[in-house]
Amino acid sequence: MAELEHRGDTSEPAVLALADGRIFRGTGFGARGRVVGEVVFNTAMTGYQEIVSDPSYRGQLVCLTVPEIGNVGCNDDDLESERAGAEGLIVRSLSPTVSNWRARQDLPSLLAARGVIGIADIDTRALTRHLRRHGAVMGALANDGTPEAQLLQLARAAGSMEGRGLAHEVSTAAPYRFEQPTWQSTPRPRDGAKVVVVDFGVKRNILRHLVDRGLEVEVVPSRTGADELLARAPDGVLLSNGPGDPAALPDVIANVRTLCERAPSLPIFGICLGHQLLALALGGRTYKLPFGHHGGNHPVRREQAGSHAVEITSQNHGFCVDAGSLGRAGGAEVTRLNLFDHTVAGVRLSTRPILGVQYHPEAAPGPHDASPWFDTFAAMVREHRGRGHADAR
Amino acid sequence: MPRRDDIKRILVLGSGPIVIGQACEFDYSGTQAVKALVQEGYEVVLLNSNPATVMTDPEIAARTYVAPLQPEVLEQVLAREQPQAILPTVGGQTALNLAIAAARQGILARHGVELIGATPEVIARAEDREQFKQAMIEIGLDVPRSHYCRSLSEARACLEDLGFPVIIRPSFTLGGSGAAVAYNREEFESRVQFALDESMDGEVLLEESVLGWKEYELEVMRDGADNFVVICSIENLDPMGVHTGDSITIAPAQTLTDKEYQRMRDHAAMVVRKIGVTTGGCNIQFAVDPATGREIVIEMNPRVSRSSALASKATGFPIAKFAAKLAIGYTLDELVNDITRVTPASFEPAIDYVVTKIPRFAFEKFPGADDTLTIQMKSVGEVMAIGRTFRESLGKAICSMEQDTHGFDIEPDCTDDELVAMLGRPHPRRLWHVGAALRRGISIALVHERSRIDTWFLHHIARMIADEAELAGGARGQVPPLAALRQAKRNGLSDRRIAKLVGVSEEAVRTRRIQLKLRPVYKRIDTCAAEFDSGTPYLYSSYEDEDEAEVSGRRKVVILGGGPNRIGQGIEFDYCCCHAAFALREAGYETVMVNCNPETVSTDYDTSDRLYFEPLTREHVLEVLDAEARSGTIAGVLVQFGGQTPLKLAKSIEAAGYRLLGTPAEAIDLAEDRERFGQLLERIGVACPRWGVARSSEEAFAVAQQIGYPVLVRPSYVLGGRAMEIVGSAAALDHYMRHAVRASPDHPVLIDEFLPHATEFDVDAVGDGTDIVVAGIMEHIEEAGVHSGDSSCSLPPVNVPRAVLDELREVTRTLGRELGVIGLMNVQFALRGRRLYVLEVNPRGSRTVPFVCKATGIPFAKIAARVAAGETLSALGARELVPDHVSVKIPVFPFRKFAGVDVILGPEMRSTGEVMGIGPDFGSAFASAWVAEGTPLPTEGRVFLSVTDDDKDQLVLAARKFHELGLQLVATRGTAAALAAEGLPCTVMNKTTEGRPHIVDALLNGEIALVVNTSSTAADRAASFTIRRTALVQRVPYFTTISGALAAGEAIAKVRAQRRPPVWSLQELHRRPGFTPETAPTVRDGYR
Repeated sequence: MAELEHRGDTSEPAVLALADGRIFRGTGFGARGRVVGEVVFNTAMTGYQEIVSDPSYRGQLVCLTVPEIGNVGCNDDDLESERAGAEGLIVRSLSPTVSNWRARQDLPSLLAARGVIGIADIDTRALTRHLRRHGAVMGALANDGTPEAQLLQLARAAGSMEGRGLAHEVSTAAPYRFEQPTWQSTPRPRDGAKVVVVDFGVKRNILRHLVDRGLEVEVVPSRTGADELLARAPDGVLLSNGPGDPAALPDVIANVRTLCERAPSLPIFGICLGHQLLALALGGRTYKLPFGHHGGNHPVRREQAGSHAVEITSQNHGFCVDAGSLGRAGGAEVTRLNLFDHTVAGVRLSTRPILGVQYHPEAAPGPHDASPWFDTFAAMVREHRGRGHADAR
Repeated sequence: MPRRDDIKRILVLGSGPIVIGQACEFDYSGTQAVKALVQEGYEVVLLNSNPATVMTDPEIAARTYVAPLQPEVLEQVLAREQPQAILPTVGGQTALNLAIAAARQGILARHGVELIGATPEVIARAEDREQFKQAMIEIGLDVPRSHYCRSLSEARACLEDLGFPVIIRPSFTLGGSGAAVAYNREEFESRVQFALDESMDGEVLLEESVLGWKEYELEVMRDGADNFVVICSIENLDPMGVHTGDSITIAPAQTLTDKEYQRMRDHAAMVVRKIGVTTGGCNIQFAVDPATGREIVIEMNPRVSRSSALASKATGFPIAKFAAKLAIGYTLDELVNDITRVTPASFEPAIDYVVTKIPRFAFEKFPGADDTLTIQMKSVGEVMAIGRTFRESLGKAICSMEQDTHGFDIEPDCTDDELVAMLGRPHPRRLWHVGAALRRGISIALVHERSRIDTWFLHHIARMIADEAELAGGARGQVPPLAALRQAKRNGLSDRRIAKLVGVSEEAVRTRRIQLKLRPVYKRIDTCAAEFDSGTPYLYSSYEDEDEAEVSGRRKVVILGGGPNRIGQGIEFDYCCCHAAFALREAGYETVMVNCNPETVSTDYDTSDRLYFEPLTREHVLEVLDAEARSGTIAGVLVQFGGQTPLKLAKSIEAAGYRLLGTPAEAIDLAEDRERFGQLLERIGVACPRWGVARSSEEAFAVAQQIGYPVLVRPSYVLGGRAMEIVGSAAALDHYMRHAVRASPDHPVLIDEFLPHATEFDVDAVGDGTDIVVAGIMEHIEEAGVHSGDSSCSLPPVNVPRAVLDELREVTRTLGRELGVIGLMNVQFALRGRRLYVLEVNPRGSRTVPFVCKATGIPFAKIAARVAAGETLSALGARELVPDHVSVKIPVFPFRKFAGVDVILGPEMRSTGEVMGIGPDFGSAFASAWVAEGTPLPTEGRVFLSVTDDDKDQLVLAARKFHELGLQLVATRGTAAALAAEGLPCTVMNKTTEGRPHIVDALLNGEIALVVNTSSTAADRAASFTIRRTALVQRVPYFTTISGALAAGEAIAKVRAQRRPPVWSLQELHRRPGFTPETAPTVRDGYR
């Protein structure tokens, strides 16, 4: 692989200091520098490139529990965003080589290019157990020789993720159209049905799934108002995933509420943060989970009487919709339940075409079990289009 | 969905004897399944012919039939038991094939019984390659181009399309039996013909070659609600072309992007749905072109398998147990994850470590066999190791192999060019050759080009080699400094390897490590990468920071398992270890198991209270002991149940200050030291064959001369009958000394008097330091000279007068007392005329212990474990019981897998497994055992006889019996003359050297029903080789000893008298009172 871009690891000492005083010492790689963020762990066994480039990890340092990382390098197709993503990466063992026919670059090079600081050779299982016991904590990571005492101070000074609205930071500056399908798929021909995606840090695979289904995809910035949204004459709106605390985005919540009021028959699909924002807009409540859900093996069950249908899902969230608050949320019902901890994994309104899922039907990384949600949404979009945008005009 | 209530009684099918391709992983899965069904309140009936299994213990199922896995027997069991359902998916290919046969013959319909777990349609769709391929094409998946042929001429026509190399596969075989690659026309013709013969239905598949592609396997489950989960992904280090059972494999898969992995997962789900597996576990194999990512479906097994056992051990997810529960109606979300106990089973395990499996081969036992690894499986066992990284896990796996390799320590004696050339041929030592090549500076690119091993693996191996070089380049005679030592340990280098590289002792490395506090920690296998708390102490060592062993304060025993299965040490020892764990847990101890064999019941996380999945080496075992000693009390370490592997560690364990349970190391040493043991026998007045030690060829001739030929020769430094031979003359001894073994002062050769025409006995007994109780006396059917593990035997003996039996008991008791045996012991005797000789004493569990337990119904392994822990035989009420019924054990050999290997029996053990036949008399039991072995004895037809002059007198007895039974006698000239002289009518048949048609023609034409063929000299053996080989391939029963032929005559007589012998469950048999040694009938239907 002569064309492979290789930067190699820095092999300099690196340190991760947690706000609660625990220190992990390892080897640095990726971008050189220091960063402060919330330390979370992800148990997915494949897809480090997607994780690193997922904007939902803004403000976070991600510990991967699978130990061998970097094996398959990185490629252009597996990026979930251009720029935003995890700010630090914590791994047990960084691959000495890259072996995959799709690889164009190794992981340290990708991290360096994106300004992500890496640390390797630490006991990631010990860190994971620590996070499980004590909850996600703030940490400071450096591979530039910053003294440990200073890192500890930085970690302690950092505020919690609670109350931090980060979506605007990672949203697109200007609207754009998107036309790339998912990997190795042939999209259905476009028929004019259009979805406007509000970008709170959208993963490209969400857009690709919409393209696969023959939908026109327009992505708009997070602050786009309801009027402006509706002026684009969407057949459906998708509220994307994104980082941070949903409750800290009052402007967005108000905007979504307006959208719902103005266009009662407009299909709206919220994914992850988008799902939380929908719940909040409808009058529900969200709260922070102790260490969140980050992985590719979470079972969610369809909540119908006698149903045993389970999807294995990709999850990445630190906040969650309070099941008890849904009574206030305009008749929202729970469609999916996370079987690991019985938290709300999906809601829908019985009276209106509004759906939300807490997990990631676009996967990337993770299993594809939940991708039929996009079919459901596409059908709603086309049905709405067929009715001729009744209430939006 | 709740469990099914319309079913009350379920018949579970086992997998029969251990053979290549089907080993004790099915004891593990079967035991799990039976226990799960019993737990759910079903009455479980079990059918399995293998007595060495845990699953056939009478307390596991409600009724246990140790009987042939044959449709007729199955029907008898169905008629007696009337179950509503049969579970055929936990007993390997054998159980599936039996289920299909029973369905086709209308047996299932006749008895109104349904198959659960997999229907006949599902099995056919998955197993029939043409149907499978068609199904894959229908769902749009890529498969190798292939053609299906019923004759050689059809095959030739297909070759045009496929080109060379081409893969040839018969339908419906296990372990890829008969599958082969052809690179040229000549290979093509012979291999297609062989495959046509092997195939159950005369069909073969010719397939496009994907040799050199990357190979993957997904272990998956699906339930009745269409929930689908992947339990584990496995990547083969050896690329396509090597059977996955013979490949080094890694879990989880390492070189797939998420996109590729998820595509594979989607495809696996499509395959499972299309084939229609609705309730249970199965695996699907894929090949991936490393250059383009093109992915091809290779095959699927609609049942639990060797890989699912590996996946269960690798993840902590009990596939077989849950497969059984799904089969009776549960869905995955209703089952609780056994390990976390708080999350459901409807999830996919997250792994935060790397698992490496390395297969274990036995080519040294089969001179003449080709050790090239192909798509037909040849390995006899495997090891699994767990580390936090690939390097750590690979290093530990190498140490687990029990082949005296402790790292990349094999340096082939060849040039670089030769070495590079060797990398292109997969063989058991290729991994080490890869290491050697990298050490010599041969580039990773070239190693990859030749071996097609993925460069990711090669780069890691190169790192390990670089570590070695760094150590070797440091100061000689000094343990490396902390940083280098820590790096080496984290990269999987063993203390022994480090010691060798720097020129110090292993102990020096260990001592220094302890001073430096460089000790492994123990991590948990928890199915969830630490996302949830795990209360299950399933542990592996790693050079990491945080320890999770959470050692208890209890009083505990540590049981050392047997390591990888190999010929001579297999499932029987795992049986003993499991029983020790069960018994000592009952006795109130905390039980701690250490083992590295993923196929076993002992490495199930709920067999013991704590499980350490670790290599059975001094280094790793002492670390476990030191860790466990941090809290509570180690009452002792049990080394006598796991065979030679743990026994070898006895001295090191005592030297480290730990107590052995039962027989002390000193007694073990006494029994193994020829000089000291000889003195002991002399003192107590017991005969043994005369013997001597030779440290040079000259000495060897002198010793042999003094003893008198024939003599038994063997090197003193190997175990298990390796290179053991009977030599009849000075010339033969000369040949042996020149070609087999070179005697030297360091490596002396042992020479024993050989006792021709002697009858051998195995006696298993238990001692408590004061008393010795005989557990069972087994009379061998073959004469002395055949390795005891390869002999058939009966319990009780049927040809032996009371006085001899009493003497056997008395000598056993004396020896047990003299040696101070506490626990199990085994004595081998030979009876020649009226004189009894002691051949060997082993103060440990033996291969026959499970057979004795099944035959007598007394759990001697459990009794021995409790005695070893300090209880007395009298307190436990242990006594000898002589059953009324007769049990026969016969060995099962892997000869069919090794073309060109002679099947003749000798002092070197070569069987992989055993079957048990039970009957009211010897003949019925022996006949039943042969049915179980798969070669039923004939009741009519022609018997071919060709024996040495020495054997001719004896042969007359057997020939007369065959004649009286109505079988026709056919013999070579000399043998025919001897028979004619006794008035026995006999047709003369040409030897292969005497023109045609000859005996091999007759065998090929199906004209011979039974072969009796003995030979004494090497020339004799060479001349008759093709006869035995042809009989084997044609599945004609053959006997290479006269006593075997006599036993066969007796069995045929019984079968003719009573066409279908009754079947009994062990539980029924064990309820019968039996006899004491005093009341037992003496000679019962003797055949000699």
